Amino acid sequence: MQYLIIGAGPAGVNAAEALRRLDPDASVRIVGDEPEPPYSRMAIPYLLMERVDEHGTHLREQADHFADRGIIVTQGRVASIDPAAHQVTLHDGSRLGYDRLLIATGSSPASPPIPGIDGPNVSSCWTLADARAIAARAVSGSKVALIGAGFIGSIILEALAMRGVQLSVIEQGERMVPRMMGPQAGGLLQRWCESHGVAVHTGVSVEAIEAKGVRLAGGRFVEADLVITATGVRPNLGLLEGSGVKVEQGVLIDRHFRTNVADIYAAGDVAQGLDFCTGSYAVHAIQPTATDHGYLAAVNMSGRVAEYEGSVNMNVLDTLGLLSCSFGRWEGVDGGEHAELYSPDDYRYLSLQFEGDRLIGANAVGLFQHVGVLRGLIQRRTALGEWKDRLMRDPTRLMEAYMATTQVI
Amino acid sequence: MQRALHIDPGKCTGCLQCEMACSYENEGLFNPAKSRIKVFTFHHEGRFAPYTCTQCADAWCQKACPVDAIQIDRNTGAKVIVEARCVGCKVCTIACPFGTVNYNTASGKVIKCDLCGGDPACAKACPTAAITYIDADWTGLDKMRAYAEQSLAGTA
Repeated sequence: MQYLIIGAGPAGVNAAEALRRLDPDASVRIVGDEPEPPYSRMAIPYLLMERVDEHGTHLREQADHFADRGIIVTQGRVASIDPAAHQVTLHDGSRLGYDRLLIATGSSPASPPIPGIDGPNVSSCWTLADARAIAARAVSGSKVALIGAGFIGSIILEALAMRGVQLSVIEQGERMVPRMMGPQAGGLLQRWCESHGVAVHTGVSVEAIEAKGVRLAGGRFVEADLVITATGVRPNLGLLEGSGVKVEQGVLIDRHFRTNVADIYAAGDVAQGLDFCTGSYAVHAIQPTATDHGYLAAVNMSGRVAEYEGSVNMNVLDTLGLLSCSFGRWEGVDGGEHAELYSPDDYRYLSLQFEGDRLIGANAVGLFQHVGVLRGLIQRRTALGEWKDRLMRDPTRLMEAYMATTQVI
Repeated sequence: MQRALHIDPGKCTGCLQCEMACSYENEGLFNPAKSRIKVFTFHHEGRFAPYTCTQCADAWCQKACPVDAIQIDRNTGAKVIVEARCVGCKVCTIACPFGTVNYNTASGKVIKCDLCGGDPACAKACPTAAITYIDADWTGLDKMRAYAEQSLAGTA
């Protein structure tokens, strides 16, 4: 059996390791397109903060981790897939065969149509190569403009601020992290960042990037030596052209990670899989989904049957010491109920969304102990019973509610 | 034989000796806020319940870690934070559906129960045997793990 995995990120690596355990005699190969050992994009902000060196970004600590397990990791960029021949063709013209193929190609930064975005003073912050270039230019005292204060932008924000740059952030949404948290929570993040010396411009779009900075709609000009874009990511789907693999926002997969084409599976940022909370199919480009996908795709690829329960969208963010997180349907649903604590003076916010007596989503700012139980309660669809009313009165009693409904106390 | 922490809330008096012992063992100071085990109070029921990591067989925190910073202690089976590798991204704190991995603002890294290398301070400090460190077979751990894995991952 030959397993071929396209993509050396967390989904691909977790799949490869699981396939090796499940099918000890098989050939397992990862093809990645970057000239680095498999690494974590999530660690890049911490590399920029100089908390870790490049080795600290690697997905696996030991350099011989993959070789030790008989997992072949090669560099190459897959250009196309020929499902009839069970082969992929790389950009250099070479071909690789497979019995089962996993598409785990991840995503890439979206590049909005802003004049000047291709200029030499503009960079995304996505790869280790990007990080090296940013580290060389975002030095103490330099002026940096960050376009985008979504989840990824806000993580980069912290790294840049900690490098001692004069930082301005521009977000076209009405608040920071508009797709992760509501207005009150987003407002707290903005006020906190501003109080820590970051200029935050929300509700305004960028008209053009020029040599000396960023021109905003309405005429304001933000001076910058370096412009960093964090305006969302898009799944890497180019290699699927002509393959017959069905694509919407991402590669459509069923609950067994199969695409519509035999022996081709998909996982991670590139995959449009079951959303646990909505029952629809969505791209959840987050680390926990990538690792869960990778593992369970491998189980199915190995011939076992594991039906996926779906991913819960969730994020955790640290903006200069203010911690926040979001889970599931944090924006609530029609007919649902909502408990909220809002304490702006001490930067605390907690919002719980219910449907009946079950938790379906949450946002928290400034409260970060035991937050994992928010996932636990959502993903178990725990019936909270009388604890729901207690949480409606005091949402901070979350841990007690969790323990009372899931443990023997 | 692998051992595990066994918690019997019925015996807990809420004295918080376990939190103090944990904090002292791991942080060198008596600060319950830094404890890896936490006692929760149920006023309505007049009960107390200590709570900490059960060292899942197939640990959510470990799988979610992007940089291989949660590794298995071969002697105890505990899932241990490798401080030198942890970047402080906190993904494990939202991935653990039991809420037992927490961020430590002082160190910029996460903390969780590591069974004190096989001699857990909380169990030693507990005056009423509400927390004991015994053969894993007797703790019901497998059932809890099986439940967690089934309900979260999908039905294998």
